[in-house]
Amino acid sequence: MSGIFRKYNRCGAWSIAAFAAGSLAFLVSCVPGEAQIEINRQVIPGSTPPIWVSMSGFTGLAAQVIEFDLYVQGFGFTNAENAQYLISGSNTGDLQGRAVDRVNKSPLVSKVYTGATPRRQAHAFTDDFVQALGQKGIAQTKIAFNVGGANSEIYVADFDGANPQAVTMDKTLVAAPCWAPGRLALFYSSYKLGNPAIFFHDLSTGTRKTIAWYGGSNLSPAVSPDGKRVAMILSKDGWTDLYVGDAGGGNVKRLTKSREDESSPCWSPDGQWICFAAKINERRAICKIAATGGSPQRIPTPGFSNPTEPDWSPDGKWIAFTSQGGGFQICVVPSQGGQVTGLVAGEDPSWSRNSRTLVFFRRSTGHLSLLDVPTKQVKDVARVSSGENSQPSWAR
Amino acid sequence: MKLTKFGYLLTIGLTLGLGAVGCKHHPQGVTVLPGSRPGAVGEAGAGNPLGNGPGADANANPSGTGTPMGDPAEWANATRDEKKFEADTVHFDYDSSAVKSSEKSKVEDVASFLKGTPGTGVEIEGHCDERGTDQYNYSLGERRALALREELIAMGVDGSRVLTKSYGRSRPVDTGHSEAAHARNRRGVFILLTK
Repeated sequence: MSGIFRKYNRCGAWSIAAFAAGSLAFLVSCVPGEAQIEINRQVIPGSTPPIWVSMSGFTGLAAQVIEFDLYVQGFGFTNAENAQYLISGSNTGDLQGRAVDRVNKSPLVSKVYTGATPRRQAHAFTDDFVQALGQKGIAQTKIAFNVGGANSEIYVADFDGANPQAVTMDKTLVAAPCWAPGRLALFYSSYKLGNPAIFFHDLSTGTRKTIAWYGGSNLSPAVSPDGKRVAMILSKDGWTDLYVGDAGGGNVKRLTKSREDESSPCWSPDGQWICFAAKINERRAICKIAATGGSPQRIPTPGFSNPTEPDWSPDGKWIAFTSQGGGFQICVVPSQGGQVTGLVAGEDPSWSRNSRTLVFFRRSTGHLSLLDVPTKQVKDVARVSSGENSQPSWAR
Repeated sequence: MKLTKFGYLLTIGLTLGLGAVGCKHHPQGVTVLPGSRPGAVGEAGAGNPLGNGPGADANANPSGTGTPMGDPAEWANATRDEKKFEADTVHFDYDSSAVKSSEKSKVEDVASFLKGTPGTGVEIEGHCDERGTDQYNYSLGERRALALREELIAMGVDGSRVLTKSYGRSRPVDTGHSEAAHARNRRGVFILLTK
């Protein structure tokens, strides 16, 4: 990976607020006494140092929440003299939060947060800080996931697992929730009708609509970024294949015709491609196909076998997926192909809107965790206790 | 793994059928069957049956694109009997949906009953062991059920009487982690439906 290195004679850094959507450039703080600044314009997944901050003045829940939020977005905590950014404030009453670029001596955030809950105030503050750096905040976003085993229900929670709520009461098996982009609404499969059917569930009204109830299994809905189409794995024509239809379920078109299994469709952020897991010559592979139809193209995952469960980052640059060797491993590969980086043990990744943090499932613990891809920093998501917490989807 | 003649032909048929996906790979190590052309077999619209040709096993599915399902609502109120075909649960090899010849007699049991008993159908549940990701396992379980469905159709049962659904790894019969447990879980289960 290329980098750009510059030397300064003084220990005066200049911050690059270069977190434009899609760009993951960041600054390594200048260490007092040295005169070098590294400016990396490319992300090295798993090998990128954290962005150093120091935090003071917060206590209890606010301190925990702020630390959690920033850690999973690639920040590391150090003392003030070595930090790029100083985070300070108090939460004896309403949360007061300040963030300053220490090196550049520029204020970033200075606010009092009122209303909602102390937890929410802390999340709002971390979002304001991250957004002041030009990056998309994730602290007030939601995840949907599956809870259970032989039977299960769909739950929605804060991205860190707080405030979980069941949104189904089907008392049967459900699977593979997928958010409708920009809406409080989910697509998922439920066995309520006997065989698994795909439903659209508007969480703001509680109403549900059947999208695909064909014979066989109707599985793995994935909504296009513009919300207008849904990719699905259907077996209505006698084989498990990839189909795409309108978001309301009409105009279903078959995209693959293969006796081998397809699974886990996901969309490119420009809506042009559907990426999915397939088998070629009896070996599992990640493929992409034009959303309007065509020949699938393989995306090689050199060195990492049995790739499945792809998810395409919102900035278009990466495909995260599960590789299965001895166990399961979360990996990323550039969406145009290239070197694969294995990151942590886990499966079923789902990107957040910031294209660096993802939520995934850990078979070993039976619940969800969050991973910052550049730094490989991980935190566990709070768990709903009544069974495995799996198959996550992060609202964008 | 020792392959019987059918297993060999099925493997060839499945491998050649991958040409239909269109990913730019040619089948490797595949022996061309007399009368079939690799790469052309299984192309959409070509209508060439997979793996068929002179001498091909009659049990191979003659359809180039699979046999469509009937309307699931048709059987929504049918009574379900999970005991009737309990002894006919079919087991599968790891990561495979091939119906082994040693399991064929079970499928024949189900086929004979259905053919002799109007007003009945069968729902096939496909299951996996735990070694595989969730979405992959839902698809694999469905493929197992579909493979059994194709067998029943080849034995003369109308496709509209055969339903499938996949449970992936979510409903094991054995929650252990041994090879024996895994083998018990990789299964297709037949449930009798009576209208």
